[in-house]
Amino acid sequence: MPLFLNDEQTMLRETARDFVSENAPIAHLRRLRDTHDGTGFDRGLWRQFAELGFTGILIGEESGGLGLGHVEAGVVLEEIGRNLSPSPFLTTAVAAVAALEGSPQAERWYPGILAGETVAALAIDEGAKHRSGVAMRAERAGNGFRLTGAKQFVTHGHVADLLIVAVRTAGSTEDAEGVTLFVVPADAAGLTSTPERLADTSIAARLTFEGVELDGDAVLGEVDGGRAPLERLLHAGRVGASAELLGVGGGAMDMTTDYLRQRKQFGVAIGTFQALQHRAAHLYAEMEVARAAVLKAQQLLDAGADQADGAVSLAKAMSGLATTLSVQEGVQMHGGIGMTDEYDIGLFMKRARVLAEMFGDANFHADRLARGRGY
Amino acid sequence: MSDLDTFRAETRAWLEENCPAEMRKPVVSEKDVVWGGRDQSRMTPPQKTWLDRMAARGWTVPDWPEDYGGGGLSPAETKVLREEMTRIGARNPLNSFGISMLGPALLKYGNEAQKLEHLPKIARGDIRWCQGYSEPNAGSDLASLATSAEDAGDHFLVNGQKVWTSYADQADWIFCLVRTDRATKQGGISFVLFDMASPGVSTKPILLISGYSPFCETFFDDVKVPKANLVGELNKGWDVAKYLLGHEREMISGMGLSGGGNALIEGALATVGVDADGRLADPLLRAQIALYEVRATAFAAQSERFIDELKAGRAHPAQPSMMKYYGTELNKARHELAMAAGGSDAIEWESERSSGGRAARAWLRTKANSIEGGTSEIQLNIVAKRILELPG
Ligand SMILES: Cc1cc2nc3c(=O)[nH]c(=O)nc-3n(C[C@H](O)[C@H](O)[C@H](O)COP(=O)(O)OP(=O)(O)OC[C@H]3O[C@@H](n4cnc5c(N)ncnc54)[C@H](O)[C@@H]3O)c2cc1C
Repeated sequence: MPLFLNDEQTMLRETARDFVSENAPIAHLRRLRDTHDGTGFDRGLWRQFAELGFTGILIGEESGGLGLGHVEAGVVLEEIGRNLSPSPFLTTAVAAVAALEGSPQAERWYPGILAGETVAALAIDEGAKHRSGVAMRAERAGNGFRLTGAKQFVTHGHVADLLIVAVRTAGSTEDAEGVTLFVVPADAAGLTSTPERLADTSIAARLTFEGVELDGDAVLGEVDGGRAPLERLLHAGRVGASAELLGVGGGAMDMTTDYLRQRKQFGVAIGTFQALQHRAAHLYAEMEVARAAVLKAQQLLDAGADQADGAVSLAKAMSGLATTLSVQEGVQMHGGIGMTDEYDIGLFMKRARVLAEMFGDANFHADRLARGRGY
Repeated sequence: MSDLDTFRAETRAWLEENCPAEMRKPVVSEKDVVWGGRDQSRMTPPQKTWLDRMAARGWTVPDWPEDYGGGGLSPAETKVLREEMTRIGARNPLNSFGISMLGPALLKYGNEAQKLEHLPKIARGDIRWCQGYSEPNAGSDLASLATSAEDAGDHFLVNGQKVWTSYADQADWIFCLVRTDRATKQGGISFVLFDMASPGVSTKPILLISGYSPFCETFFDDVKVPKANLVGELNKGWDVAKYLLGHEREMISGMGLSGGGNALIEGALATVGVDADGRLADPLLRAQIALYEVRATAFAAQSERFIDELKAGRAHPAQPSMMKYYGTELNKARHELAMAAGGSDAIEWESERSSGGRAARAWLRTKANSIEGGTSEIQLNIVAKRILELPG
């Protein structure tokens, strides 16, 4: 398979680009922010996503979806990134759909996701930095389980209809086995959710579980064997966040190069200055390299290849590095105007920071790759 | 089975049977690289066998037309061949400026007689070529070159000096930029080919900081060049030159990929050791290596994408500049890390255990990567102007 988009994927990109830039451009994000919207995204827009079939990209045709892959999901995510559109697409239509795949819960939740009614949130992180270990515990109680502990950085956690929660049912924090995934309804007794607005105006919740009682059928996959669905979730989430990062980094880069062509100082366009040209060209190179790493990971994941795991970490690390550079150079090369709230470049910087942290930052993934290679 | 699967199976079987065991070992020194040329005594018997067998199938230049000594393979088949060679660790049968630079330029700009004369010899490795572009006063500003070719009826008379001519002392022929009109800069340059054995050609080696000296100053004193050896039109050599440079940059960008395998990591583990958790005991070096590996592995994906796009005619014509810039800067970074990992062992210069200072010499040699074929600064200029379309 060649490493570029085929004709159908290119057409999908055009559809997504037109739709997102028309219906959810940066002004949309500003409006949500300035009206202190408490949801964090627009439910009407989420339903429109469904009408276009986007929410079913990763859902099999037999379940009413489009039966496409991570390349196609990434095409949509990149446009979301480029327009800084707040959307539950990544958590719900990508990561949660991947986690639910093949389970009895899929039948229960896919229709709502396909209709653009249901929102999912992922309760994975327990500290300020993403880690592979799981400490939060569940004990057996009657036919089911009782969950106690806390999660944080749960995007849309305050409005989600279902929460996918990684919990330890055996062993200790770093063990690979002994983790169970639970699908927890938002209104479960003993669950408290505290929404916090983040720098990019999105909302993520801190969740506290105080003896939350669940039936056995809340288990996603096998008891103590939650690594398999968790891995599907993380792969989808990581490669998806990488694609969104490409959109953010690419959008910031385009804004910056446009500015270099227009802004005049000393009687000439600042883009004529070689110091800036070289930095812009270097940035372009980093973004292209990141783009290749992301596409490669998406293709390997879609092919179910063994190398997908490493490729996904690579994609997240590289897109994090490149996009971080893009937004930093973006603000700097805009000069003073880049520091103003009125101008958009700063919004790219904030969004990049959040996405870079999500599902593990570049250091986390570089470390993971290094361990995989035995050092 | 699809045609491509059949092709893969046949290729795999053929390579298994025909690639000598010695040609599946990693390249460690200059001696392992085959350049071909009139003086075939430089090749070991397995090197010669491997080259002859591959050349007989046209697989030294798999995607060139069969009429010119190529394999006539499609882009997809060429990719399969490359993958199958990588799978068994097969060495490149032939390294050659003819293949990577002159050949593509002749295919595009040469006349039929020139193609039939030169391309099959390049494919077989019969003639070794060198590149006569740079001059003492024309480096980055290549178009200011002064070496002149005067019209002398049926031939040109070439006079002047080139510099940095890689392997000029071992090459059989040169592709050379000459001035045929002084009135305009780019518009007065022509592209000619001639035999290095022609009377009036002489070379003088240049010693590099690494101790290597395959680079030369090259002098031309009333060298007679038949007019039939002019490629493209008179005074339109700059187009040929630029097209060829694109291919040179593409080739050089591959250096960012030469770090394959675990050599860097193994070297660091050997000198620095591991901590209680089994990780490299120098955490800062470990972090630097890990972040380098992220970029290098991502660049490998980008190289694959670049080739796929190129073959499909989708790559921006200035893209080789980006690849050359990134690949060479990466290669330099890898050698810096290898030196840090090797510690005092790596700085030994002549000792036997350092194989004559292999690490240090290789490290120093890589510093030229971001200079030869156009400096990193020039590549960035090109990306800024031609891809990002910045003004000025
Ligand atoms: C090992 C080696 C092998 C080589 N092999 C060959 C060969 O086989 N054939 C051949 O013809 N040539 C060869 N070259 C020559 C090579 O192409 C030139 O060295 C190169 O193009 C740079 O030219 P220069 O050395 O004159 O440096 P200069 O052009 O003098 O550059 C000096 C510095 O100024 C910078 N600079 C110059 N112009 C600009 C600008 N416009 N903007 C920003 N910075 C600028 C450069 O980037 C560099 O940092 C080789 C060089 C080396 C080192």
